[in-house]
Amino acid sequence: MPTQSAYPVVEHTDPAGQTKQDFTSDQDVRWCPGCGDYSILAQVQKLMPTLGIPKENFVFVSGIGCSSRFPYYMNTYGIHSIHGRAPAVATGIKAVRPDLSVWLVTGDGDGLSIGGNHLLHVLRRNVDVKILLFNNQIYGLTKGQYSPTSPLGKKAKSTPLGSVDYPLDPVSVALGAGATFVARTVDTNVKHIEATLKRAAAHKGSAFVEIYQNCPIFNDAAFDFLTDKSQKEDNELVLEHGKPLRFGPNGGRGIALDGSLTPRIVDVTTEGEDKLLRHDETNEMVSLVVSRLKHPAFPVPVGVFRAVDRPSYDVMMNEQVEAASQGNKKSLQQLIDAGSWTVA
Amino acid sequence: MGTSSPGKAPEQVESVAIRFAGDSGDGMQLVGTQFTSTTALAGNDLATLPDFPAEIRAPAGSLAGVSGFQINFSSNPVFTAGDLLDVLVAMNPAALARNLKDLKEGGILIANSEAFNAKNLERAGYRENPLDTAVVSAYRLFKVDVTALTLASVRAFKLDHRAATRCKNFFALGLIYWLYSRSMDATVQWIERKFGDKVLGQANLAALRAGYNYGETTEMFDHAYEVRKAAITPGKYRNISGNEALALGLMAGSELSGLNLFLGSYPITPASDVLHMLSNMKALGVRTFQAEDEIAAVCACLGAAYAGALAATTTSGPGMALKAEAMGLAVMTELPMVVINVQRAGPSTGMPTKTEQADLMQAMFGRNGESPLPVLAARTPGDCFHAAIEAARIAVTYMTPVVLLTDGYLANGAEPWPVPNIDAMPRFPVSFRTDTEGFKPYLRDASLARPWAIPGTPGLEHRVGGLEKDNGTGNISYDGANHEAMCRLRAEKVARVADSLPPTVVEGAQEGDLLVLGWGSTYGSISGGIHKVAARNLKIGHVQLQHINPLPKDLEHIMKRFRRVMVPELNLGQLAMILRARFPETTIHSHTKIQGLPFRENDIAKAIIQLLETN
Repeated sequence: MPTQSAYPVVEHTDPAGQTKQDFTSDQDVRWCPGCGDYSILAQVQKLMPTLGIPKENFVFVSGIGCSSRFPYYMNTYGIHSIHGRAPAVATGIKAVRPDLSVWLVTGDGDGLSIGGNHLLHVLRRNVDVKILLFNNQIYGLTKGQYSPTSPLGKKAKSTPLGSVDYPLDPVSVALGAGATFVARTVDTNVKHIEATLKRAAAHKGSAFVEIYQNCPIFNDAAFDFLTDKSQKEDNELVLEHGKPLRFGPNGGRGIALDGSLTPRIVDVTTEGEDKLLRHDETNEMVSLVVSRLKHPAFPVPVGVFRAVDRPSYDVMMNEQVEAASQGNKKSLQQLIDAGSWTVA
Repeated sequence: MGTSSPGKAPEQVESVAIRFAGDSGDGMQLVGTQFTSTTALAGNDLATLPDFPAEIRAPAGSLAGVSGFQINFSSNPVFTAGDLLDVLVAMNPAALARNLKDLKEGGILIANSEAFNAKNLERAGYRENPLDTAVVSAYRLFKVDVTALTLASVRAFKLDHRAATRCKNFFALGLIYWLYSRSMDATVQWIERKFGDKVLGQANLAALRAGYNYGETTEMFDHAYEVRKAAITPGKYRNISGNEALALGLMAGSELSGLNLFLGSYPITPASDVLHMLSNMKALGVRTFQAEDEIAAVCACLGAAYAGALAATTTSGPGMALKAEAMGLAVMTELPMVVINVQRAGPSTGMPTKTEQADLMQAMFGRNGESPLPVLAARTPGDCFHAAIEAARIAVTYMTPVVLLTDGYLANGAEPWPVPNIDAMPRFPVSFRTDTEGFKPYLRDASLARPWAIPGTPGLEHRVGGLEKDNGTGNISYDGANHEAMCRLRAEKVARVADSLPPTVVEGAQEGDLLVLGWGSTYGSISGGIHKVAARNLKIGHVQLQHINPLPKDLEHIMKRFRRVMVPELNLGQLAMILRARFPETTIHSHTKIQGLPFRENDIAKAIIQLLETN
C-alpha cells in the first residue's frame, strides 16, 4: 500500500525570499468599496511570507459568502467550496496532508448558521487549521438578511419588524466546543490583526479568530463602538495574558468578579488593581467568563481568550497510522487471501 | 466426526436451502456464518443472506425482533440464497410466524418446543400452539426442546441461567451439522480461537456436540442428508460479503493507483461495515474519518482528493441525499472521488435493513444543474471488489466523482469468491502534475481530464471552486457561451468513459427470443431464473450492466439481436425509463418488484415465460 511516496517529490520554494507580492493573486478583488475584508486580506498577505512556510504549502479553504471569496485573492492553493462546509473540506486535506498549512475563511452566516455543526466539530477535534471568521452580523452576498450574530430586534430584509431570535457569540461557541486557541480582533485595527494572526499561525491545533468586520452596504457602523475614535477607549478591553483586565482612559476602569462569578466594572483608582480579574489564556473558566462580557453593559474584549496545547486530530491520526504500519506484517494480498481454501 | 448415524447411509441431495430464525439475541447470524464456513470448506457452491431486524433488540419473542440467516448450498452452481426453504429452524413462535410461508411443502421444520409457551405464543399472535394444529401439517415437524437439552449439556460448567441458555444456538447448529453430514471441526476451532480456555467456550463446545449427538442417537430423523461437492473451477476461494469486498476493493484501488486511501464516512445501515473494516486497516496506511454527518463525510473526501488521496465515502440512500451538493462541487471542480451507495428500501428512512435498487435516478440526476458523473453497479458480493477498483480507475483517470451502487442484499450476502491476485491486475498509476510549463488548472488531455496538481507542488498554485469557470484558466466566468461549452464538455468527458470499457458480455444465447437486461444485485436471481426455464429451449441472453452511465457503446446493437428485451429491477422501473429515453426505438419490458427483498429465481422464470407466451 502506498505511503508518503504517493506524493510527488519536489524542491520547495525557499520561504526566506517570499514577499507579500508572492501571495497576491492576479484576480480582481471584488468586494464592495469600504468593505472590511480588504484590510484583513492585506494583513494576511503581509503575514504569510513571515511564517517560514513555502507558499505552495498553504491552502485556503472557504465556503460561500462575501468572506468566502478570499481564496481567489491569495496566490496559494485554495478551494472555494460550498456553503458552511469549509471545516469539513479542511479536515479532509489535513487528514491526508498534515504537512500543509491550512487556513479557513468563513463568515458569521457561513460559519455559524449553515456550517455551525462543522465548526463545532473541527474545533472539538482540534484539527490543525487556522479559522478566520469574519463577523459582520449580516448576510451580505444574499443582500441584507439578518445573521445568527445579529442583535435581537435587528431590522433587515427578512425581519422588517425586527428579529426575534437571540444571537450567538462566536467566541463563546468556540470555547464551548473546546477550541485550543480563541481570539477576537477588529478589521480596522491592523496592528492588532497582525499580532493576533501571528499568534494563531504559530498555534499547533485549531486556531479560531473572530474578526469584527464592517459591511458598509448592509450593516454599516455595526462596530463603531469599537472602531470610532471617540467611543473606542470606553468600549475596548485589550486582553493580555497574566495582566489584570483594565480599560478606559488611562486604564482607569477594570473588571472584577464578585462571589457569584458575576463580572462588574470597578474604578481602579478607588478599589485598587488587586480586586481585578487577571486574564489567563490557559484557565478555561477565566476564558469563558471573559467571553461573556458584552457591549453595551461591558467593554468588549479583543485579543487572545484562550491558548492551550493539546495534540491535534491530524497529528494523532497520522501517528496511529505510522505506529500501526511499523508493526505491520500483513500485505494487502494476505488480507484478500484471509480465510481462503483451495479447490483442487 | 462428520459421519452419519450407524443405521442408514445419508441420502444424497443436490441442493438445500436452510433458514435459521430466532430472536435477535439468539445468535442466529453466528450460527449462519459458522454453517457457511463449514459448507464452503466442504466444497459446495453456496450463497447466503442474513435478514435482521432494524431494531437492535426488539422485545424478546416479538415479531419485530426476528432475526434470520439463510444459506443455499448445492453440488450444482448456486445463483441466489434460494427461493423456498428445505429446512426452517424456528427458535420461537415469532420466528415460525414470520418465516413459515417460505418453507416448501414437505420441508423440514425444526422447532424449539420449549419456546412455544403461552407468553411467546401471544407475542407472535397465536391463539393456540401452532405446533399442535393444522398450521404445520404440510411440513415434517421435529419438535426439539433445544433450551432444556442445552441446559442439560452445559450443566457441568455452572453458568448462570442466562449464559447457559445462550448456548442454545450452538446446540441447534450441532443438530444441523449432523443432519447434513457436516464436520464440526471448523466451528470447534473457531470457538477455541474466540474463547481460548474460557468456560463459556467450553460450554458452547459442549452444546454443539450435544446437538450433533442428539441427531445421531435419538433416531428422531430417519437419516441424515449429504450434499456432494460442486464441480467448482480449481483455485483459491474465500467466503466474502459485499461490504468486505468493497473495503478490500478500495484498498486494491489504492494499491493499483499508487494513491493513499482516505475514507470519510458517517455510520448508516447497511454501509457501516465498510467504515469498520477500513478503520482497522491503519497498518496498511488507510486513513478513515468518522465525520459528524454525511455532508462532512463527503466534503472531507473532496478535501482529501484535492490534496492528492484516493478519496471515498460510503453511505446509503438518505445519506446520498445529503451528499448531493458536495458531489456537484466535485463535478464542478473535477476532482476524483468514489461515492458508494449501499442502497436500501426508501423513500426517506424507509426500511433500513431491506434491500432495494431505487436510488438509480438519484445517482444519475440527483444534483442541481447539469451534473453528469459515471454510475456503476456491482452484481455479486465478490464483484463489489472489482467494481470498487473500476470506480477508482474511472475517478482518477477522468478526474470525476463516480457513484458505485450496491445494496443491502450484496452488502450482507456472501458467496465463495475466487481470490484475485493483486499483482496480476492492471495498474492505473496516477502521475500528479509537477511541470509548471504551460500549466493551467483546467487544461484537457485526450480523455478530457484536467491535470491533478496538488498542494505542496511549487509553481502550480491555483484555486478551484463551485463557481462556473473559464475552460483552461479556471477563472470565474459568467459568460453564457462558456457555460454551455463547459456543460457540454463535462458531459462529453463522462461519455468518453465508454471508450475505456471492454465489450459487453452476453451470457447464454447471443441472439434470439429474449434479452434479460439487469443491473446490480439482481444478477443471481436473473441467472437462476433463466436456468429454471432452460428446458423450454428458448433463446435467452443475459446482460448484467456494470456501467449505467455511460452505457456501453455496444448495448444498442446487442438489444437489437433479440426479439424482446426485459429489464427486471427492484424499483418501479428506473433503468427501464433511462433505456426508453436513450433507445426510443427499442421496446423495453419492465419487470419490477419492490418488497424489500431480492427477486426469487421463480419470479424471473415466470416473468420470462409470461412475456414470451403472451407476446
